[in-house]
Amino acid sequence: MIGFLTLLRKELLRFWRVVFQTVAAPVLTALLYLLIFAHVLDAHVAVHGVRYTAFLIPGLVMMQVLQNAFANSSSSLIQSRVTGSIVFLLLPPISYGAFWGAFVLASVIRGLVVGIGVLAVTIWFAPAWPAHPLWALAFAMLGGAVLGTLGVIGGMWAEKFDQLAAFQNFLIMPLTMLSGVFYSIHSLPPFWQAVSHYNPVFYMIDGFRYGFFGVSDVAPERGLAIVAACFVLAGGLTLCLLKQGWKLRT
Amino acid sequence: MGIAVSISGVIKRYGALEALAGVSLEIAEGEFFGLLGPNGAGKTTLISCLAGLSRPTAGSIRVLGHDVGRDYRAARRLLGVVPQELVFDPFFTVRECLRFQSGYYGIAGNDDWIDEILANLDLTAKADTNMRRLSGGMKRRVLVAQALVHKPPVIVLDEPTAGVDVELRQGLWQFMRRLNGEGHTIILTTHYLEEAETLCGRIALLKAGRVVALDSTASLLARFSAHALALKLPAGRVLPPELSELACGERDGMQLLRLENFAAVEGVLARLRESGVQIEDMRLSPPDLEEVFVKVMSQ
Repeated sequence: MIGFLTLLRKELLRFWRVVFQTVAAPVLTALLYLLIFAHVLDAHVAVHGVRYTAFLIPGLVMMQVLQNAFANSSSSLIQSRVTGSIVFLLLPPISYGAFWGAFVLASVIRGLVVGIGVLAVTIWFAPAWPAHPLWALAFAMLGGAVLGTLGVIGGMWAEKFDQLAAFQNFLIMPLTMLSGVFYSIHSLPPFWQAVSHYNPVFYMIDGFRYGFFGVSDVAPERGLAIVAACFVLAGGLTLCLLKQGWKLRT
Repeated sequence: MGIAVSISGVIKRYGALEALAGVSLEIAEGEFFGLLGPNGAGKTTLISCLAGLSRPTAGSIRVLGHDVGRDYRAARRLLGVVPQELVFDPFFTVRECLRFQSGYYGIAGNDDWIDEILANLDLTAKADTNMRRLSGGMKRRVLVAQALVHKPPVIVLDEPTAGVDVELRQGLWQFMRRLNGEGHTIILTTHYLEEAETLCGRIALLKAGRVVALDSTASLLARFSAHALALKLPAGRVLPPELSELACGERDGMQLLRLENFAAVEGVLARLRESGVQIEDMRLSPPDLEEVFVKVMSQ
């Protein structure tokens, strides 16, 4: 347990030491998204009977939760591997589960810190306070855990920073941007609505938004079950890879 | 004395490359053991397998009876490894790095021992300095400190003095001798053969992934090296025929004679006196590990 707590503390300190890069920058990015999209669309669009700006806020919060959860574990691992300091984690008797758990929990916490930051700066633009905070928290934590786990896989897989950037830009970014952050999937043509249901991030965004407005494209219970299933699958895969020492031990 | 490290038939292949070709050896508890060989001999691969950084293709390794694969957590608790590469975590201070490393080994509240390590490695003044701000030698000291935070009974030093100054070397060896005296088993790889000769009680020589010599340092020196007597004779004078069979070359304009032991010097001097050959200069070199190394590797 001490090994797990130490690694968790180290991972938290690591992102906190560069808080402008890891927290302030994504909060500013989300704020810019809100200012631009709200300015253009707020007068013309309402979704689920909610003003567009209010609809957008939980989407932006969750998008940053997910992207930063992925960024935390993946960047920490790739940096350790490229510099060789990963050896400090490979030599001690840390179990696979503790290794995975510490990286994922740190990712979730960073995601939540960024999400709270985004909510704190955007809430002033429209009424968007969680009507069902436990649902919002459950989706944020579970979604962050899925992306944190994918970050562990990405950090183990990538040999170089540009490979990780490709993983992030060509897989994670499209999955989050095309998940309903900026729109309800009911506004899409039937084909793309169907495609969206194969995107697990859609359920995370949709469920999180349910926590704010009490309305969603998919029933929150079903959404949470799908996200939980993704977490079990991704977590199981990551634990298998860690046990094999995939890309970490030759 | 029990067995600290038992390596049995270890083979490690990377594709077609056989880095270790069936290495077997045992290291007793409390030994100061040297693992020597040229670049590419397999020393670091063997240490990686011992530390769990690499997995042997075949064979087994045990640390104080714990298999490094099946019982990896117990085995790793007993090992402290100083890696060859100069690696560090740029986000943290020296003390933070050592606290984290203690925690990874399941030890909390380890500051007393951390302070002692810092003092012994002359790092106390740098305890709160970020790792990025340290010189290469200082970073090397921190690597040593990180390997020792959990007081491992078996310490592995993979070329710990590569590129560091004399002061650190002497301080490090003094500290290692102390730890060895307290019962820690120490395994050392180094390219500085005089270090190995001075420190190690037993040495294994690796070549192309195989152990080609394994014996006490004294036995290796006796088997493969000898005293070398260098004589400078007056111009035009040559060695008496009875001594020419001892001649083994020239160095710096001096004749080199190979002697089995120190006492043989007297016989050589007596033959020279009898032959009326004067000596202008004379130097006696003891057996050295470099000669052992060269001979074993050329076999």
